[in-house]
Parts: sequence; C-alpha cells; structure tokens
Amino acid sequence: MTKVTLATVWLDGCSGCHMSFLDMDERLLDLMEHAELVYSPLVDLKTFPDMVDVTLVEGAVSSEEDLAKIRKVREHTRILVSLGDCAVTGNVPAMRNLFGVAAITERAYQENVDLHPQVPREVIPALLPHCCPVHEVVNVDVFVPGCPPAADTIFFIVSELVAGRRPDLSGLTRFGA
Amino acid sequence: MAPPTRVKTLKINNRDVGARQDETILEAAADVGITIPTLCQLDGLSNGGACRLCLVEVKGSSRLYPACVTRVEEGMEVLTNTERLTNYRRMILELLFAERNHICAVCVSNGHCELQTLAQDLGMTHVHFPYRHPHMVVDASHERFVIDHNRCVLCTRCVRVCDEVEGAHTWDVMGRGMDARVITDLSQPWGTSDTCTSCGKCVHVCPTGALFEKGKSVAEMLKKRQFLPYLKLMREERS
Amino acid sequence: MTPEELDEIATIERETTHQFQHRVSVCVGTGCHSAHSEEVKTALEKEVSRQGLENWCQVKGVGCRGLCASGPMVEVDTAARLYQGVTPEDAVEIVETLDTGSVPRLECPTDLPFFTRQTKIVLEHAGRIDPERIEDYIVMGGYTALLKTLTEMTPAEVIEQITTSGLRGRGGGGYPTGLKWRTVAIAAGTQKYIICNGDEGDPGAFMDRSILESDPHRILEGMAIAAYAVGADEGYVYVRAEYPLAIKRLRAAIIQAERNGLLGKNIFGTPFSFHVEIRLGAGAFVCGEETALIASIEGRRGTPRPRPPYPAEFGLWGCPTLINNVETIANIVPIVRNGGAWFAEIGTENSKGTKVFALTGRVNHTGLIEVPMGITLREIVFDIGGGIPDGRKFKAVQTGGPSGGCIPEEYLDMTVDYASLAQVGSIMGSGGMIIMDETSNMVDVARYFMEFCMTESCGKCIPCRVGTVQMHELLCRIAAGQATPHDLELLEELCDLVKQTSLCGLGQSSPNPVLSTLRYFRNEYMDQLAAKPGE
Repeated sequence: MTKVTLATVWLDGCSGCHMSFLDMDERLLDLMEHAELVYSPLVDLKTFPDMVDVTLVEGAVSSEEDLAKIRKVREHTRILVSLGDCAVTGNVPAMRNLFGVAAITERAYQENVDLHPQVPREVIPALLPHCCPVHEVVNVDVFVPGCPPAADTIFFIVSELVAGRRPDLSGLTRFGA
Repeated sequence: MAPPTRVKTLKINNRDVGARQDETILEAAADVGITIPTLCQLDGLSNGGACRLCLVEVKGSSRLYPACVTRVEEGMEVLTNTERLTNYRRMILELLFAERNHICAVCVSNGHCELQTLAQDLGMTHVHFPYRHPHMVVDASHERFVIDHNRCVLCTRCVRVCDEVEGAHTWDVMGRGMDARVITDLSQPWGTSDTCTSCGKCVHVCPTGALFEKGKSVAEMLKKRQFLPYLKLMREERS
Repeated sequence: MTPEELDEIATIERETTHQFQHRVSVCVGTGCHSAHSEEVKTALEKEVSRQGLENWCQVKGVGCRGLCASGPMVEVDTAARLYQGVTPEDAVEIVETLDTGSVPRLECPTDLPFFTRQTKIVLEHAGRIDPERIEDYIVMGGYTALLKTLTEMTPAEVIEQITTSGLRGRGGGGYPTGLKWRTVAIAAGTQKYIICNGDEGDPGAFMDRSILESDPHRILEGMAIAAYAVGADEGYVYVRAEYPLAIKRLRAAIIQAERNGLLGKNIFGTPFSFHVEIRLGAGAFVCGEETALIASIEGRRGTPRPRPPYPAEFGLWGCPTLINNVETIANIVPIVRNGGAWFAEIGTENSKGTKVFALTGRVNHTGLIEVPMGITLREIVFDIGGGIPDGRKFKAVQTGGPSGGCIPEEYLDMTVDYASLAQVGSIMGSGGMIIMDETSNMVDVARYFMEFCMTESCGKCIPCRVGTVQMHELLCRIAAGQATPHDLELLEELCDLVKQTSLCGLGQSSPNPVLSTLRYFRNEYMDQLAAKPGE
C-alpha cells in the first residue's frame, strides 16, 4: 500500500503551529506508518513535489514570496489545510493592515533600529499591500483555527485526512485557542 | 384582583412548551433547555433585536422573528435550529469578524469571549468575506478601564446598562453604518467624562474584550455578570 | 372661524382676482425655484409696477407645474399661454404682449402629452395657487372638507370613506390607509398622535417636497381630518432640513391656519382641537422608517426598532400614533370632498387613485408627474416623458429608489400598480422613477444604490451595517473587472442574508437593486467579471 504524502508549509507565522505539530511527539511515528512527510521546513527537501495528498499551511500570505509559494503549493496539492489562525484569519501578521506597509517598515527598520537603520530592499521579499488569510488567494479545503491548534487537534485532523475522511472539527478548536 | 397571567401553549422544535403570555420565544425556549444563540441580548437589559442571531422560523410565516423580542402566541410553531438559520447566523458572525479587528490570540478575553464561543458553537471555522481591517482607536484614558474599538461589536450592552441600570447614560452611539461607534459623553476621552461613575458595569456586560480592566493581559479578563439579574430582581421586588 | 367666515374669505379673494385683467403665474416650485424663478417673478413685478399696471395685471408665485426640465415656467392667464425657460430679461416682453399676443420664442405647447395625459388629484392646486397665501387655498375650496368632516361626519364615517376609497400608503409600503386609521382609532389610550412623514430621501425623488412647497395647506387640512378620525389632537410634520423652502411655506401655512382658527382649539366652533408642529430631520435616510422617525421626534437617536408593537398601538411617546406619508395625506381632502367611491373609480382593482412620480434620468421631459394607477410604463416614458433623448434606446426604468428595482424593456407595457411592480421585482416606492438608456451600466446602477444604502445604514443591526459594505465592495470589484464568478456567488449569498435578516425595511430592501439587475441584466455582470478567473 502506498503511503499518503504529507507536506507542511510555513508562510507568515511564528512557527507555533509547526511546534504544535511536533508536539504530537511519539504519535508522529504512528502517523508516519500511513503517511510520508515529503516536504516541510522540518525536513531537508528543497523542492515541492509534483503532487502531494495533504498539505498543511501555517501562516498568513504576507509577501510576494508567500503568494508565489502558496499558488505553487495549491497547484501541487490535493487537500490544502489552513492550519492555525494566521492561515485561517490573518491573525497577528494581518494587524499591520491597519497601518500600511510604509508605516510598518519604517517602524521596524528605521525607528526601532539604532545601528545603520535602513529598509532592506534585496534580501527580504517585498510585502504585499495587505496581509491576508490563505483562502483569500487560493482555494482551501480544510480550516483548522487555533493559535496554535493543539497537538491533539492536529493529530485528529491529519489522522482523519490520512485515512481518507474529512475531519469534523466541531467543538475541537476555536480562534485564539 | 389582577387578572391571572395567561398561559400559552406552543411548539418549539416540535416540543410542546407552555409559557406565560408575557414571555418571549427566547425565554420560553430557555425554560425547556433550548438555547438560541444571542449576542446583544442580556438578561436584565432591554432588548433591541439588533444582532439578529436569535432569529427563528415561525411556521406559517416567511419572515424570520427575533426570539428576544417576539412574544409567544398560542399554537405557534417555532423552529430555532434549521440549517437555514444556522447558515444565516454563521454569516452574521463572519460579517462581525470581518468588520473590525478581532485577533483572539492577543485578546484579553481570549477563552472568555461570547463572540469567540458563538463562532465555535456555530461551527464557523473561517470567514469567507474579505477582512476590512479598519483603523480603530483604543481609549485608555480612564483610570481603571479601557475601550478597544477594534473588538467592539456594537451590541450596545454598555449603552443600555449605563442608562438603564446605572442611570448615568455615559455611553451612547454616534455615527452611521460602518462609522457607528460607542462613545462616552459627547465623544470625549472616557477619562474626562463627567457622568461616568466608574462603576464598571459596562465592562462586565461587554461580550468581547472591547471593554476591559487595566492590567489584564491576554485571556485574563473574566466578565462577571451575576450582578445584573440580582439588581433586576431586587428592583422588581421593591417596586 | 365660522363656515360663513370661510365663505367670506373665498368671496373676497374671488372678487379681488376678478379685478385684474391678467394674471401672470410664475412657478416657484422645486425645479423652477432652483432655476431662479424667484428672480423672474421679481422682474415681472418690477416691470408691472414700472408701467403702473399693478391694478391691471397680477403677478403670482404658484406651485410646481411639473415640467421641471423646461423651467422656469410662466403661465399667462389661465392656460392661455405657457412660457418655458423664462429669464428675468424676458419680463418686459411678457408684460408688453399681455393684451396683444405672445412671445413665440418662449412658448411651451400646452397640448403636450406631458400635460394632457396626467390626472391631477394630489397636485390639483399645483401651478394654480400661491402656496404662501391661505386665501388662495380657501378660494379653491380649501378647508371645506375639514368643515364637512367636523360638522357632518362621525370619525367612523370618515374612516369608512377612506376605506372605501381603497387608498394605500404612498410612502412605499402600500399599506391600506383606511385599515391603518381604523387600527389607531380603536387603539386604547386617550392621547394619540398624527405624524406626517415628509422625510423623503430616495435619490432623485421630490414628490413630497413639491407637494409641501406647492400646497402646504392641503397637508394641514388632511392631517386635521385624520386627527379627527382617529381621535388625535396633536400632529407632527417631520420634514428633512434639506427642504428649507418646504419648511418655510409649511411654517407660514401653520401660522396662517392658526390665525384663522383652522388649526388650534375648537376648530369651526366644534369640540375638536388640533395642533401641528414641525420637526426637522437631520438628513438620515433611515428616519423615514416609522419607528426611527418616532425615535427622532422623541429626541433620541434615529434608529428603527423591531415591530410589533406597531406605532398604531405603541408609537410616539408610547401612544397610539398614525403615521402617513405626505402624498397619502394629500389624498385625504379630495377623498373627503368627493367621497371614497369617487376615488375608487380611478386606478385599478387593487391600486386606487393616482401616483405622483418624479420622472428623472434619460428622458426628454424630466419633472413631476401625476398619473392614474394602471397607466403603463410605456405611456409614462414615451408619451408623458417624451421618450429617450439623443435617439438612444430605452434600457430600464428604476422605481422605488434604493429599495426598488430596475424594470427592463420587456415589461414596458406592464401597468403601474402595487402588485405588478412587486411581481417584476421592484416596488411602487415613494415615487422616484429614473429612466436609463442603453449607455447606462447596470452594475454601476446597483453599485450606486448599494453605496447609498451602505452610507445610510444606521448601523444598528449587523446584516445591514456590515452586509451592505461587503456587497458594495463586491460590486466595486465587479465594476472594476476584478471579480471572479465566486465573487458573484458571494454577492448573491449576501443579498439573501441581508434581505432575510435585517431589522428594518431599509436593510431588508437594500439588496433589491442588485437582485433586480441580476435578474434582468445578469449578462452585464458576467461581461464585467475578470477575463481570467482568479484562483
């Protein structure tokens, strides 16, 4: 039997959802009986495979790089899961939308910097005018709110998806939880 | 001798229910353990039927009725949890989440918020309308309390409790539509209000983290509302 | 005031008028007023006095003649000659030719279908009387209907006549007026109120404004009759502050009526007393909604509340209150004068009488018209309105303002009545009628009305407050060619939500312009979707 392929992607988020993913601890081993982690910031693969069964996305879409990445991921994913509040709602990263890109970069790279304050223009991907949840730019199949969703929740979701079922989230998690 | 209170019999979700004639559908339902989602409604305050979450279907009418202000009627057949209603309620919540900046993760009321709980109860897993992200202000000029308009849902509980229970009428609403917001006195900083008695009732009736006590951090703001039914009861008995 | 005194005023006025050889009537109604007709009137007066003809020619200001597009309008003698587009410089020529002929370059044909196809009941005095003089109103039989009511009829008989007439509310809802009166009349309570709703707010609508500016006494008399019928002794006219001329004339009319004992205590020596006050609206559209209007009069924030209880039972200050729109009230006097049966002869089975429309947009004769119910849209647009200018093609007619809908060409032969308009997805509304030609973009039309509803939402209930904003945003995206088919689905989903769950009529009807344009012009929406669907 071929294993279900699983990927995780990290956009504009704090990595808390990935930490929570790792908090599944030994249950990860159970999961890997049925699934194979083919792409993730947690593993050492550089290119996104041709087709992945289930991809978990952490983080909001904030930069041009995020946008390009998520579009590509969507193209090569069967079931796309928005994991955590940043992916689902924009959450903390989207709080910059209240002020605009100029004000936010000014504050981050000029006002609060003592040594050589300057706005980076080459290494850091350009910010989009608005930071938005994943489903505002691509279709999302499953939404898992939570900041971060608990390891138990993630285990349930992934187990269900790996088993070929659509998870029923009711009561399991909530925004901010 | 006052005429005896009439009793009405009706059906709620196909259950036979008896209710006093002066009861609302919401109260009659609560009596038999049927919960109808509410947001602006709060026991002890007047009802404006504003949030529209408690809308129910009544057999024989194509209209939807706000359960908090609709009185029971003999033979009425009420449905409180059809798929249509759940969809509407979910969309209304989504509209609220998209309207201002509700960032549960960093909110003082995280875990104790009625909006958050409603979303969870109604299975709202995401907002499929674009977020508006308006720039709202936070007024921390009061000595003990803060109003964060980012989290306000305009339920006007603060306005009503201040007027109807405290009798100060410090709070009111100004502006129309999306510009509407709650204000203190004549839209001046809360800390400079001449009418505010700093009683804190507004803070505790607020369903979200919009009104909170200073010094509370994320998830620390628990609202205590027991005083309201108590005050209401005491005033009824006195009069 | 006694009946004899009323008669005497009329007689004196009639005799005074007869002393003049000529009468020059300058329209000082809404449209002509904006076109500086007051200056024309002043110029004519100056010219008459310069030639020393004050006792030979009378110059009067009169209410709206309807053909606003051609204003300022001036009429010489009764229907003898009608001039259009008159300027102050024309005064000399007009006065000089009074006896000898005419000023051909100013002449406006009086046999235009615009004039001949109308039926004037509400506007019967418009263009004939000086709205600022009570004598002008009395000489036309003014206040005799009130006299008849107070001295010959019981309140129940008055209500009976109104019920027989089949009159329905002209403010938009179309609720049977007689039934409303009866409900207030039988409501428990010794204190009752009458409110005349003049908070006309639909874009492009100026029916009520014109009535108030052209014939204010008719409103006062109608209100007094209504008050007698339902047992009220106090009335309020709620007029928006944006109508200063209407307010000025109404104020003057109240003072004149009070001085003559036609308002106040013991009118015509009967036990009936009635006082009227004006309340000014501050421009919120929602204050035209009856519960919001009442809140506003009470000095509170103008927001609607759920009904029931209806104002008929629990209205102003908690008392039974009759709220009627200006045009509804304006129909009362002729109904009482001629009887309910007479009124019921006009119109269709379920829509009696006439309706005043403000005809605007892409039509040759824009202005104020009054037509019998049951007339076809085609007659209004092509006969009365004179068709579409610049040889363009008719596309749609919008009725009912932001609560109404767009009716396409295929329904042009439909009759204008409450039921037919509702059937095609629009409403009678208060009387705004906007004609659109082939160059009008229907998505833009929907967006315009949605913007109106969005900014006029009071913000009380969530679906209207936030739903209209989201709908407006989606319409902007469609108009900008950035929307996906998914956005269109979202728009329809929101239309349903806002329609079904909003608190008041303003919210519930706000999706109508979108729904009706989607129904008849869906292709225009589809054409404007992003060429390549987004992801």
